[in-house]
Amino acid sequence: MASSDPAFLALAVQAGLVIASGLTLLAGYRVIRGPTTPDRVVALDTIGTNVVAIAVLFALQTGFASFVLVGLVLAIIGFISTITVANYVTEGDIIR
Amino acid sequence: MTAAEVGLLRAVVVTALIAVGSFFLFVGTVGLLRLPEVYNRLHATSKATTIGAASMFLAGFVYYGPGGQGLTSLVGILFLFLTAPTGGHVIARAAQRMGVEFYGRAEWPDPMEPAEAEDD
Repeated sequence: MASSDPAFLALAVQAGLVIASGLTLLAGYRVIRGPTTPDRVVALDTIGTNVVAIAVLFALQTGFASFVLVGLVLAIIGFISTITVANYVTEGDIIR
Repeated sequence: MTAAEVGLLRAVVVTALIAVGSFFLFVGTVGLLRLPEVYNRLHATSKATTIGAASMFLAGFVYYGPGGQGLTSLVGILFLFLTAPTGGHVIARAAQRMGVEFYGRAEWPDPMEPAEAEDD
């Protein structure tokens, strides 16, 4: 946060960070308990999306604007890993 | 790189977008925890968390302005909207091929419909 920003903006960013972090923790429950493998993949995908949001909020909070780029790269990695695991579950291997 | 002076209106818009994003992330995660089986959970998370994260990106775009990391935020929104439905579809198809049961009496392919040739 730049020092000239209004106080309620800093408060909102901080609240958003707390909410997104707590939700990421809760999604971990489904990763551990989820009865089937696709359940775990869905939960990990959700965690990835939450971490993207956390990265953007972190960029807003600290002023390291490049963390938006970190969020974009995390989204790309999450997509690729989702496709890979789905492929592995159905085909039995990744590289054919 | 630091953002220039952020006016009051922009700060209000950024706050509203962060609130909307937090709400949708919350709804998506509650759906992930509470719904009965994988297809329903997929339905909750693939829409809600996508809107939530895209709203956070939009907040970043409003904060940083059109250029630099604001542009990166727009690319991120575009990417999320392209990939989240694709990923959800792929997981659902993988789960159905694995033989994960549907909730209740739902069946697919529909036994009442005439069978169609499924391309593989």
